[in-house]
Amino acid sequence: MSASVHTSAPTHGHYTTLGLDNRKVAIWAFIGSECMLFVSLISTYLIYKGRSVVGPFPHETWTDPSTGEVFKPILNIPVTSASTFVLLMSSLFMVLALAAVQNKELPKRTRGERILGNSKLWLFMTALAGTIFLGFQAFEFTSFVHEGLSIRRNLFGSTFFTLTGFHGAHVTAGVLWLVTLLAIDYRRGLGSRDSLLVDICALYWHFVDVVWIVIFTLIYLLK
Amino acid sequence: MATTAIRSPAYGAEYPGEHSGLYSWLATTDHKRIGVLYLYTALGFFIFGGIEAVIIRAQLGAPNQHIVSAEFYNQLFTMHGTTMIFLAIMPLSAAFFNFLIPLQIGARDVAFPRLNAFSYWVYLFGGLFITIPIFFAVAPNGGWFGYAPLTIRQYSPGINIDFWVIGLQILGVSSLAAAFNFLTTVINLRAPGMSLMRMPMFTWMAFIVQVLLVLAFPVITIALVFLLFDRFFGTNFYNTVSAGADPLLWQHLFWIFGHPEVYILILPAFGLVSEVLPVHAKKPLFGYPVMVYSGILIAVLGFGVWAHHMFAVGMGPIADTFFGLSTMLIAIPTGVKIFNWIATMAQGANRYTTAMLFGIALVALFTIGGISGIMHSSPPADLQQTDTYFIVAHFHYVLFGGSIMGIFAGIYHYFPKITGRMMDEKLGLWHFWLTFIAMNLTFFPMHFSGMLGMPRRIYTYDAGQGWSLFNAMSTAGAMIFPIATLFFIYNFFRSRKRGEIAGPNPWGAATLEWTIPSPPPAYNFAKIPTVTTRYPLWEGKEADHESARINAQEGKTADDLGIILPYMTIKPLFVAAGMIIMFCGLISTRVLIGVGAAIMIFSLYSWLLSPLEPEHH
Repeated sequence: MSASVHTSAPTHGHYTTLGLDNRKVAIWAFIGSECMLFVSLISTYLIYKGRSVVGPFPHETWTDPSTGEVFKPILNIPVTSASTFVLLMSSLFMVLALAAVQNKELPKRTRGERILGNSKLWLFMTALAGTIFLGFQAFEFTSFVHEGLSIRRNLFGSTFFTLTGFHGAHVTAGVLWLVTLLAIDYRRGLGSRDSLLVDICALYWHFVDVVWIVIFTLIYLLK
Repeated sequence: MATTAIRSPAYGAEYPGEHSGLYSWLATTDHKRIGVLYLYTALGFFIFGGIEAVIIRAQLGAPNQHIVSAEFYNQLFTMHGTTMIFLAIMPLSAAFFNFLIPLQIGARDVAFPRLNAFSYWVYLFGGLFITIPIFFAVAPNGGWFGYAPLTIRQYSPGINIDFWVIGLQILGVSSLAAAFNFLTTVINLRAPGMSLMRMPMFTWMAFIVQVLLVLAFPVITIALVFLLFDRFFGTNFYNTVSAGADPLLWQHLFWIFGHPEVYILILPAFGLVSEVLPVHAKKPLFGYPVMVYSGILIAVLGFGVWAHHMFAVGMGPIADTFFGLSTMLIAIPTGVKIFNWIATMAQGANRYTTAMLFGIALVALFTIGGISGIMHSSPPADLQQTDTYFIVAHFHYVLFGGSIMGIFAGIYHYFPKITGRMMDEKLGLWHFWLTFIAMNLTFFPMHFSGMLGMPRRIYTYDAGQGWSLFNAMSTAGAMIFPIATLFFIYNFFRSRKRGEIAGPNPWGAATLEWTIPSPPPAYNFAKIPTVTTRYPLWEGKEADHESARINAQEGKTADDLGIILPYMTIKPLFVAAGMIIMFCGLISTRVLIGVGAAIMIFSLYSWLLSPLEPEHH
């Protein structure tokens, strides 16, 4: 009797209304929710922009009136552009990883096809790019603290570290997710029937990437 | 029905193919059992919040009393609000989401059964986390909306607010996890033929509520993160004194969450009443599509009215006008609902059961609360009313007169489905009338004490201000609630054991949940129905009746039918426990953060890497 209610949709044998796996629907709901999370963080940053009582400031030089100490604009746009580029590349690797898993069973004739079809390689590259991005962020945070901008220093410090820190935490979670997928791939091999596992991770990863593009534009590029 | 077919109600040991004992509850992934856990826990917190309210009213019963200290009074009103909103009404709604959504859409469980268990355990632990401090007189004391900068470390140095910030953060995790789950369930697990416009109205309202939760809770999460960081790490988000922070930041963030939250509290009750009234009036719900659209409209507009909570802060005429108008606008879809309920009952074959009476009470009392709401949608009027007992009267008419009345209607209506037995009508009528009288006697006079200028949250007051009589009335009313609730508790437990056997469809209702045995078997539907109409049992075709006949059969186990059910697992409980231990580390020794995180991550991986259910075929 179960045959009559189960469709052949790729949903672990359960009937679903949309024919999509539940996890695919849920990840979109989750991303919707995450949008509001980052909207709240980014709005607070923008509301507090230019309202800090003391420096350092993101784009302007500030001289401490009591000590005469000069604080240069703190944002290092070339360095962050590099880390942004790395994160954007990670999205490309993610796409390749998903394609590799989806096409696992197709025959690979040329060397190029074998490289493109190597899901382990692309999962690793994605995780690596994410880790490099986090390394950039760690460097940025420590150098800011050395230059006198702590999370307690002023409104800019509080909003900047919280916003980018939240994003960094999301990247960290994504890297852990990718490493987990990589471990599964090594243990039993990810095939096209597992592509959903990579698919939802990819959706999350691209989302985190898009958020960074917004943050980079609004915080680093916009004066 | 033959007596041999009578099963022990409410998942007793004899339940065929079911497990029993404590472990079966700790490790359950069955949406019905989780619903029952929510129901019991939330009723427990409801009674606890009620006791707090009775103490508050005792303190205010006469001028210049000192029954409790002023400091403890602050904790009482803070915890009364927090408890009733986050630990009673929301989880009572969640109990119905859990129990009813899969049954109403023809599904065997929710989309993520283990995540569902996780939501419950996080709720339970978070609820205890935020409640237990009151026994040591260190409960949160900053009001249920915890206005910053009042709640930053500088002005609230004690541990009280820490419990509140962390507790709400924990409860947010529970609500969000549940919302993703129910959203996916409604979108993706509807039986064949169950199009959106055939969904029962409760499921529709529940669906809208999940959207609100998904979009509103992240905002308070961030507001609470800011407060947490300010209190623990010395950030400046709400530091208005030395860092130039905006004193309104918290208010905006809180109410962007807080106003949709109001609809999160009321829409499930609207949904329940939309189930109860048609069944007990023996008429389809009047204007079903309009009810759906007005629900959606309420949710959309609900995101555009938040600043009407802030007229008194001086936002300027343009903002005041905008938010005043948008607030008035939201009365239209709400009013449409009221008229539709009345039209549903008009010329119906009305049976004035307890469930029906509670439903009618919602229509009547919510209307009163709605009208006083329109009064303070006008900024000049609001300036007179804000922070007075008039507001207290208003939101108790909508939350008690609305949400709680609707939830009680739902409990009386669905008790037979949950337990297999009917609740006693005579005791139910006592419960209803005592509650109804108590409710009006308590809250109606507050309109007057408020108009006469009595501020809310005031610890005590002098005689001769014209408030004494109204306060005495309110206190007298509040003292009736415990009696009414005793009738309810007695009825609940007595009926659970000895109530009349209900059968699949005691009310002659029309929707899918009434086609299956009461209590439903673990697999819900022996045969997933194919739906052809909004009311399968009233106007269904031959196919509807055929699946109803198959599904009403009792005594078959999932194994008999070859239905695969999820494994029981205790892992979600461990993940929840690890999370709570982690948060406890923030206020005690930091070692706990690491210990909790380790437990959480280990259990989470163990959960994610183990299969949900046995392999198919």
